[in-house]
Formats: sequence, structure tokens, C-alpha cells
Amino acid sequence: MRDGKGAVKRRAGVRLWLSAGWLAALVLVAVFAPWIAPKDPLAQDLFLGRLPPFWETGAEPGYLLGTDSLGRDVLSRIIFGARIALGVALVAGTITCVIGAALGLMAGFLRGWVDLVISRFIDIWMAFPPVLFSILLIAVMGPGLTSIIVAIVVIDWTRFARVVRAEAMAQGAMDYVASARVAGRGRWGVMVREILPNVLPTVVVLLTLEMGIAVIVEAILSFVNLSISTDDPTWGGMISEGRAAVYQAWWVLVFPLVALFLTVLAFSQLGEGLKDRFDPVLR
Amino acid sequence: MSFLSVRNLSARVKGGPVLLRRVSLEVAAGEVRGLVGESGAGKSMIGKAVLGILPQSVVVTGGEIWLDGVDLLALPVAERRRRIGATAALIPQDPLTALNPSRRIGGQITDRLVDILGWERGRAERRALELLGEVQIAEPARVLRNYPHELSGGMRQRILIASAFAAEPKLIVADEPTTALDVTVQKQILKLIAGMQARHGTALLFVTHDLGVVSKVCQSLSVLYGGMVVEDATVRDFFAAPRHAYSAALLAATPKYTDPLASLTPVPDAVIAAVQAEVAAFEGNMFGGGNG
Amino acid sequence: MADLYTVENLRLSLADMTRKPLLGAAPRLEILKGLSFTIPKGAVVGIVGGSGSGKSTLGRVLVRLLEPSGGRVMFGGVDISHLDEAGLRPLRRRFQMIFQDPMSSLNPRHRVGTIIAEPLRLHGFDDVAGRVARALEHVGLAQGFAGRYPHELSGGQRQRVGIARAIALEPEFILADEIVSGLDVSSQAQVLNLLERLVADLGLTLAFISHDLSVIRRLCQRTIVLSQGVIVEDRVTAELFADPQAAYTRELLDAIPLPDPDQVWA
Repeated sequence: MRDGKGAVKRRAGVRLWLSAGWLAALVLVAVFAPWIAPKDPLAQDLFLGRLPPFWETGAEPGYLLGTDSLGRDVLSRIIFGARIALGVALVAGTITCVIGAALGLMAGFLRGWVDLVISRFIDIWMAFPPVLFSILLIAVMGPGLTSIIVAIVVIDWTRFARVVRAEAMAQGAMDYVASARVAGRGRWGVMVREILPNVLPTVVVLLTLEMGIAVIVEAILSFVNLSISTDDPTWGGMISEGRAAVYQAWWVLVFPLVALFLTVLAFSQLGEGLKDRFDPVLR
Repeated sequence: MSFLSVRNLSARVKGGPVLLRRVSLEVAAGEVRGLVGESGAGKSMIGKAVLGILPQSVVVTGGEIWLDGVDLLALPVAERRRRIGATAALIPQDPLTALNPSRRIGGQITDRLVDILGWERGRAERRALELLGEVQIAEPARVLRNYPHELSGGMRQRILIASAFAAEPKLIVADEPTTALDVTVQKQILKLIAGMQARHGTALLFVTHDLGVVSKVCQSLSVLYGGMVVEDATVRDFFAAPRHAYSAALLAATPKYTDPLASLTPVPDAVIAAVQAEVAAFEGNMFGGGNG
Repeated sequence: MADLYTVENLRLSLADMTRKPLLGAAPRLEILKGLSFTIPKGAVVGIVGGSGSGKSTLGRVLVRLLEPSGGRVMFGGVDISHLDEAGLRPLRRRFQMIFQDPMSSLNPRHRVGTIIAEPLRLHGFDDVAGRVARALEHVGLAQGFAGRYPHELSGGQRQRVGIARAIALEPEFILADEIVSGLDVSSQAQVLNLLERLVADLGLTLAFISHDLSVIRRLCQRTIVLSQGVIVEDRVTAELFADPQAAYTRELLDAIPLPDPDQVWA
């Protein structure tokens, strides 16, 4: 099986490096946005409206990916949009993950009334329609990044809790747990020291998927204007604006869409790649 | 000529280790041959190769499998499937996973007869009823309507045996059929398989790791190590005096409560080293010796 | 010889959730139906039975992975039947267990060295590294194994790690639950010989659970035969094999396929 495994690993490796590479580049771009972006993302110049990207006739030097109908530089807006997208992904993903995984781990391993309470809570929670729920939340809290993050956490923690609970239950039935107890380890000790490392790969995969979801959700909410003000450069907002003028200036729609697509894809592929890398049995 | 004749069969994981090294063995019509070896010896792979159910990652790299006068490996895939389906059957290892949990027993026995052999449903159902009687299942009509989870492990293994004999195959491959069962149930199942085999005159390739089981149901055996046949003997000759040092050591390691001190002797490291050297030398031959 | 374990009228029942009525409590499923026996210090006792006999459940009660629902389990003069985790903790070092499936009983994410060292640290042993090294030596594994993961080992090697983990704590009692049933005969013999030697060298008391009477015959001085939660026979092994009293014991013995074509099955 040696070489068969090798082939799998090589493929996983390429996937891992490509996705990690894209995300790392994106992080750098987001962090250093003010120095990298060629223009001010908010600067309007109606005389320079709807300039095409650099390879088309009529392009202006300095506006690599063209401008939108208000004359704002598309590339600069994508760069600053990455800040918001990644910020939301990181914060919302991590909080969702920690809350959901902790509850799932406790329910799955401690069983009994803890499981009963958490599981019922999850069931009830999931009966709320998520879209309505998030719109309601934002209506109450007012549009803005914080509302988006809260909405993602509040809706998606059940995803983590359910998967981690099932995984912790399966791991809890393994004899290494029994043997840790024979060795004299208490319940919390077993949970943290024995179960947690074994559910961690699942958690990491879910976390990366969740970050991808967070990016999409932020884009969707921006698209329907429930995010921050339309002036601020968000990918969803740009897509929304680009849609109105797609026949006159396709680039305003397409470039942020590509950035969004690649980022979400990279998150999911990173998860898959990490899972292979983490698993000592596969490795 | 033997009913099943495996000649110089070699197989390996694609781009990976060798699983079978020029395995040759014969099973006469109505004969029971044991395939014995420890885990990783390749014993199950031979059975799978004969039935054409090797995992996708495994490729046959050479040799012939003659079943009822035809070389299976020379046939086109569809033709091979049809031939194997008409002449051979499998008794699987794990009765818990070998039956579809969401379907009734009856359909799972008659499917093969209807789909592959083109019987009409009524005839297939009569045959299933008859077979359940033969494998000593009480109330066969009720059991045919049961789901697998309603039956014990021993019962399920009986059903799998009935199902294997349903189409009157000339050859059955039994892949560790009693490993998952209690020793008292194992005895009943082995007696049942032996009785059915004798009555139907079916040739049987019996894959097992247990020499005790071999001595009860087989007439001849092949001992495997590292995908290579190290000994091919009749059961009587083998248990009287095994010829190969490895098979002798394997026999000495087999527990025997009537002789607690002499049995359960670990296989000496020297014997393992010798047989590994033999496998390595054989492999050198295999790839260095032209078209072998 | 003093008794290490005294078990009196031990009962254990579980709620049978598969037959739970819509309303009301699930019926109780009796697993152990009043067992009484003793295990003297230094004895090697076999516990044999088919699946569903309750032998593994009994074993897990002895090391208090399960709490009995009735009767008493005395270990070294202390009633451990209903001790809580805190009360058990100081005793845990003294009774250890080796599991059937070494793949599932060794945490796949820990290295062998960690697996053996963890229990030692938990119980506050000094010189953990030295003790791990000695435990590996005892079970005939080279020191380099400490850095490997369980999946990198063969079945026999994994089971040796399981034994090393148990003996490292210098326990008085070891419960071995079907520890060779998943192994090839060659490593089966090696592991049994190793266990036999360790029990003698370290002066351990051993309860050896198995479905295989041949293995019990080889290893144990006394044998308890269990059938459906009841002890049907409890005798010196040699006598039990020479003259089995219970019908179930005879049935078990008759069903063993000896590697001998002259043994004819009735």
C-alpha cells in the first residue's frame, strides 16, 4: 500500500499548498492593504467611471482591473474587501467553532443529562429558519459587521456541536478511553487529553469550511444590503453593484466574484488537505 | 483434470507490494481444499481472484485461473462475470455485514436466481424455502420474511450458506466463514458446510487461519506465507508430518488443549527468517527469470 | 493464601432500550446473575464462556469500569463495588487491564512512550523515563518503539505495548480480556509466553478472560466457566479438563476443533 498512499498524499499536498498559498497571499494583501492598493478604494471620480481592465482598449494606466460606475478602482476595492471578508471568516469561524465544539464534546463524551440538555437545545435551535433568523437578528441589532458575525455564530454553532458530539461518542466507546480510566484519569482529563486530539481533525475541517461559509454569508448579506454601508468595499456589495451594470461593465461583477469563489474554494480544500495531513493513520 | 486450477498466479497492489507470488493449486470436483496462513499471507486474495472480486487497487500480474476447463483471466470481463456467476459462489466471513440490513431475507436469496440465472420468481422462492430447510432453519417461511437484525449471527451464517448453495454452484469459496462465531456455533456451521458440500458434490476452497478447522473439513490444504505456497499436502499427510519448517512451526503454535505443554509454541525467529529469505529468493526468480 | 478479590453475589443489569415501552421504564437486562468466587493472591484464573456469557462484563466490574447493581466486590479487603472515581483513584494503580483490541485501546494520536508514561505521571511516579524503558524491556520491545505510533506496529507488538502499559504501574492484579483472540497463532503464542513469564517474575495475580479453552488450559491454574451470567463450573483447570461436570463445559470442550484429523465430531 506504500505507493498507493504516496499518490494520495501527493495529491493532497498540491491541494493543501495551492489553497494555503492563496489564503496566505490574501492575508498578506488584507494586512498591508493601505500600502498595496494602488488607489483609495473610496475615491470617486465620475470622469473615470466604468474604465475597462488594462488589456482592453480605453483602459487607463493605474486602474489595472478597471473602475466601477462611480469611478472607484476595482482592484483596490477587492483588496480592501479582502480585509472584511477574512476578518469576518476568522472571527465568526473561530467563535462558532469554539462554542459548538465545546458543547458537542461535552454532550458526546459526558452523555447523561448534559447530553440530554445540549441535544434538545440543538434540536430546538435548528427548528428556526436560519435566513429569517439572521435577518431578524440584523433588524434588531442594526446592520454592520458585528451583527453579521453574531448571526453566523448563532446559526452555525449547531453544525459543530452535532458533528463533534457524534464523533466524541464514537471515540468514547473506544477502549483507549476505558484504559485511560483504568489508569486513573478523571472524566475531564479523558475528555481533554484522549478524546479532544481525536476529534480535532474533524473540528479543523469544519472550521475551514465554516470560514468559507462565513465569507459567503457576509457576501450574501452585503449583496442584500444588510451589511455595512454600501460605500465600504465588500465583495458582496461589489457583486451587487456590478450586477446592475453587467452589460456595460462586466469587470465590476466578475473580479470580486472570482476572488470570492477562489477564497471559498481555498477554505474547503484547505480543510480536506489538513485532514489528510493530521491523520496519523493516513500519514 | 481439476475443476479449479490456479497456475502461477501473481498479483500486487498497483505500484505497491506483491500479494501473490506464482501461486499454484488444484481443487478437484467435490474436493475441499484449505487455504491456510496468517494475516497478510494472501489466502483471502486467492479466493477473491478466483471469484473475480479483487479490490480495485489490486492487479493480477501473471498466471492463469482455470475454472471448469476455461481460463478466466483470458476471457473478456463480462463473459468472465457470467461464467463465475454461473459456476461459483461465496460464503463470506462476516454474517453481520454480508446481508443488506434494510431488505428481507427472502429477496436476498432469490435475487441471484432470478437476476443471474433467469429463474421465474415462484421457482426461486420454492428453492429458497427448500434450502432454508436444508440448513436446518426452523420455520423457514417466517425467516424468509424476516430482516437480518431479527436473526442471530449463527442463523445469518446459515442463510448465507443456503444462499451460496442456491444456484447449485460447482465451486464455493468460503472466506473464514466461522471466524466471527462462538466455538459451539462454529461446530454446527462447519458440520453443516461439510454435510452440504458432500451432498451436493461441490468443490470448496476453504480460507481459514485455523489449522484445527482445516483438520475437520478439508481433504487437502495449501499453506501460504508472504503470498507464496510453502506447502501443498493432503490433510492426512500434513497433520502426520508437515514437510516445510514454517508449516510445522505453525502447527506447533496452534493451541491444543489435549497437549497444553507441546502446543502454543511460538514460531521460532529462525524459521520466520528462513521462510522470509525463501520468499525473497523466489521473488528474485520471479522478476529476474525472464517471462517466468 | 490470602484472597485478593472476594466477589459475593455479584449482579449487574442494564436497561434494555430496544424493548423500552413508549411510556415508562425500560425492562432490565440481567447480564450477571449473582456470581460468587474468590481470586487468591498470586493465582492465574481463567474466565471462559461464549458471547453473551457476561465474561467481559464481569472483567470490567473487577477493574471497576462498570458499577455492579448488586452484591459486593472486595479488593484487598476494601469494598470497591460502589466507590466513586475519587475513591477508586488511589486503588486504580493496583488493578490494571489489558484490552482485547490493542488498536482501539491505544490512543492513535499518542506515541508508544507517551501511552506508557501517562498512567505513571498520573500516579505521581518518579523516574518516569526509566520506568517506561524498563517496561518496554520487560515486554521485549526495543527502546526505539517509544517514539512510534500504534498504527506503525504489528498486532503482536501493539499487544506488547498494552502489556507494558499495564505492568509499568507495578500493579498487583491484571485483567486480560481476550488479549490474544485478534492475533495470529504465532504472535498469540509469543504474547501468552510473555504474559506467563511476567506473571511469574513480577508475582502478579492474573484473571484471563477468553473464549478459547485451549489457551486457558495452557495458562491458568483455575478456570471459571460462565454461561448466560451464571457460573456453571469453577475448578482447578486440570480437573476441569479431565472430568468436566457441567453440560455446558462439555459442550464447549467438544466444540473445539483440535488440529488433528483423527478427532471425529459427534
